[in-house]
Amino acid sequence: MDADSLLLSLELASGSGQGLSPDRRASLLTSLMLVKRDYRFARVLFWGRILGLVADYYIAQGLSEDQLAPRKTLYRRSGAQGDVDVVGSLNCTEWSLLPPATEEMATQTAVVSGRFMGDPSHEYEHTEIQKVNEGEKVFDEEVVVQIKEETRLVSIIDQIDKAVAIIPRGALFKTPFGVTHVNRTFEGLPLSEIRKLSSYFHFREAIDLKNKTLLEKADLNPSLDFMDSLEYDIPKGSWSIQMERGNALVVLRSLLWPGLTFYHAPRSKNYGYIYVGTGEKNMDLPFML
Amino acid sequence: MGEPPPNPDPSSQSRRSSQASERARSRDSSQPLLSIPEDGVPRPTQRGSRSSQSSQGSQDLQSTGLPQWPLRSSLIPENQGEEGMEYNQSMSLGYQPGFPFEFSPQGYLDENRMMQQFPQGEGLLEQLDTAFQDSGAGLLGQFNMFPQEDQPFGQTIQHGPYLRDDPTLHAGCSDLGFMPFVGEVPDPQPRELAVQNAKAYLLQTSVNCNLSLYEHLVNLLTKILNQRPEDPLSILETLNRNTQWEWFHPKLDTLRDDPEMQPTYEMAEKQKALFSRGGEGEQEMEEEVNDSPVPNIMETAFYFEQAGVGLSSDESFRIFLALRQLVEQQPIHTCRFWGKILGLSRSYLVAEVEFREGEEEGEEEEVEEMMEGGEVLEAHGEEEGEEDEEKVVDAVPKPQWKPPPVIPKEESRTGTNKYLYFVCNEPGRPWTRLPHVTPAQIVSARKIKKFFTGFLDTPVISYPPFPGNEANYLRAQIARISAATHISPLGFYQFGEEEGDEEEEGGAGRDSFEENPDFEGIPVLELVDSMANWVHHTQHILPQGRCTWVNPMQKTEEEEELGEEEEKADEGMEEVEQEVGPPLLTPLSEDAEIMHLSPWTTRLSCSLSPQYSVAVVRSNLWPGAYAYAVGKKFENLYIGWGHKYSPENFNPSLPAPIQQEYPSGPEIMEMSDPTVEEEQALKAAQEQALAAAEEEEEDEEDEEDEDLED
Repeated sequence: MDADSLLLSLELASGSGQGLSPDRRASLLTSLMLVKRDYRFARVLFWGRILGLVADYYIAQGLSEDQLAPRKTLYRRSGAQGDVDVVGSLNCTEWSLLPPATEEMATQTAVVSGRFMGDPSHEYEHTEIQKVNEGEKVFDEEVVVQIKEETRLVSIIDQIDKAVAIIPRGALFKTPFGVTHVNRTFEGLPLSEIRKLSSYFHFREAIDLKNKTLLEKADLNPSLDFMDSLEYDIPKGSWSIQMERGNALVVLRSLLWPGLTFYHAPRSKNYGYIYVGTGEKNMDLPFML
Repeated sequence: MGEPPPNPDPSSQSRRSSQASERARSRDSSQPLLSIPEDGVPRPTQRGSRSSQSSQGSQDLQSTGLPQWPLRSSLIPENQGEEGMEYNQSMSLGYQPGFPFEFSPQGYLDENRMMQQFPQGEGLLEQLDTAFQDSGAGLLGQFNMFPQEDQPFGQTIQHGPYLRDDPTLHAGCSDLGFMPFVGEVPDPQPRELAVQNAKAYLLQTSVNCNLSLYEHLVNLLTKILNQRPEDPLSILETLNRNTQWEWFHPKLDTLRDDPEMQPTYEMAEKQKALFSRGGEGEQEMEEEVNDSPVPNIMETAFYFEQAGVGLSSDESFRIFLALRQLVEQQPIHTCRFWGKILGLSRSYLVAEVEFREGEEEGEEEEVEEMMEGGEVLEAHGEEEGEEDEEKVVDAVPKPQWKPPPVIPKEESRTGTNKYLYFVCNEPGRPWTRLPHVTPAQIVSARKIKKFFTGFLDTPVISYPPFPGNEANYLRAQIARISAATHISPLGFYQFGEEEGDEEEEGGAGRDSFEENPDFEGIPVLELVDSMANWVHHTQHILPQGRCTWVNPMQKTEEEEELGEEEEKADEGMEEVEQEVGPPLLTPLSEDAEIMHLSPWTTRLSCSLSPQYSVAVVRSNLWPGAYAYAVGKKFENLYIGWGHKYSPENFNPSLPAPIQQEYPSGPEIMEMSDPTVEEEQALKAAQEQALAAAEEEEEDEEDEEDEDLED
């Protein structure tokens, strides 16, 4: 959700039950403003909160002018029990920049499962059996691989972004130069479109778009339809669309990454998504539908 | 002046089309001319200057090029005359820097429509016609596009430095609404012509609709000028599309309802009904203040908000009103907002209530009787079927499988059915009561994991098959969540002094408690530090599915009747051990860990102000379950999907192993069927035997015949 409209957005996204306490809201408002200034972001999004056992992570993302360029992710850890005494460290308004996610990180952290601890320097141990060549013989050795929680955090955020960060159709448009801009004349989705999955796009570079047949592409508007829509998500039915507040708000919740809530007030410019959850994928989804 | 010679249409057309482009060019090039001062010629409008200059071109532009406008300006006074005047009167170029389209388009439109009539016949302004010819010739000569021989074409009567000032001509032009311009230099005829043609082109209506490009551009630019957005160039395309769209989708007038918003308005109406107080009067207000069982939702919501949990405050207020509505409709003794369970299409708001003493839950009993009757009927049906078969062929062996005894569900107000639950989808919608939960449903619910759809009568399709529909599944999950996550600070509840012996309950422990009037409250920091300061105040559910254990081997009366036939089966059953769970009011520190993770996480709601903070406890086993406590207040809440957390993936139950067929015994012996070869061999052998028998008979007959013959 946009940091500029943080309060309203939190109010609208509160249907999932998780929000922010007033003190956190206040601190976020000021700190996100400073982050915007310091990092020279065009737009700062409050991405959400990952609940750990000991402490929680608050994540923010910054965007440059081109909306689809890789986003910078910052995190802040807070809520640890021990913070009662130590006020200045890691708890207040210090945002740390996370490294960009790489494929290697993804493979590394795929073996780690379970809850986040809440300590970015915590290391998960994973024993692997590797073949070690010693001279001419090949041994199977058990190697203990240490994976830092920060790496895991980075890759989880990246996975969630690629999988379930969404945007309503028409909110961004692409100019012929290739740059993606915020559409200032976006007036909101009409009521006839809000229940359709095809009105929402993944907020990332298009992957499936090239595979579409020419016949399908003929109906698309290249300045608006340049991202993948939710229609073809696998597994089918991994999104729950609901109307809340007496039909005045449409809320999409992801079932694949439970905790991701997208809200949009139809016919208005308010939209956004927030992730508040444990940072674990719901691998049981096919059984649960 | 005489009548101008009629224009040969094609030539004029072609000239006009070329003039249009030239006009456009001349229009562009005429922009810088605005600043060029005209010598001694009073010009009320700039158009005069340009028109005069373009007509000037007719004179001596054959040799001079475009940029020599200033030269021509000196010649302007000479050429002033009818031509120029006509142009000025007839052309309203409106090229003023402010683009005041308010008045000029009108003139343009009229005039251009008239111009469009030219191809069709005589125009209204034949003077324009002659002027066209003139300027056409001039412009063409200027750009060297047409040979000189065009000159003779409808050669203008008015050319040359001496143009008569004919009042009739003025009058003719005045109905166009232009000021008759006197003293204007009639120069820019070619440019005027070009402009007119361009405008005519722009005013063509599109094939698909009645909109012409000209009108659309007018709308677009008016919109931009009115709204004055920042950086309009970057949003030009969007504005363009929006303007087009608006043309075809005008705002509905006030008399019509917006069809799309209907469902929203209906919901709003329903919620508005919540806000009305039923029945005025001070008495009722006093009663409500004193006796109402409706809880203080707003206070709970406030405290949970400190923890970052819960719905927004206006939603909480609506829930409060909805609970009040529920209290008015049902005979409720205590009521609590249990939480919200999210579903696929709709969500559930759950209220936990207790009916007043003595209120019968009539509906429930009827449903139960029907179910039990059904079971008995089924049992009879099986036996009858068996008997029929017995009469027919061989004695079909009776199945030796006996369904496991149904564990009776708990009574209302005890154990898992201690509270009644009502659900609704949204505040304003009616509340529905959930049925009581049976142990079988709880046992089944532990084995499956399904999302709720939001509709209570959806069947739950799963393996093992869930005995019930979504309402039952929901109730079972609510029971499990309540049993696992309802906690309170140590000492808030205590066991009453009138409790009987533990042995009476079959070893299950006490199952009721009461509030401790002397509860002092535990400091928030202590609550956060140690889990021993919190206790469960709901009973743990045994693996059997109940809170108090029941020996399933105890036969009820019904079973004893059928028991004689099935005694053989009983021998195979094992002794069932009594199941024991942790007693009531066990502290949380005794809770089992999930894979080395503590099942509870505690937080202080705000570390910056610990003196006013609230202690918050979050369950790791049931994500979405929260409890807060501060001072003497505490509350539990659940907002989530309604599923348990498991670190491993969900493993669905495997199907039961294939059942054994009837065991082989002396009565039944399973033999394999003969194969085809064997059958054929048998058949061949039989045929052989038959053939052999026939031969023998024939032989015998032959012998007999022989005997006879002999």
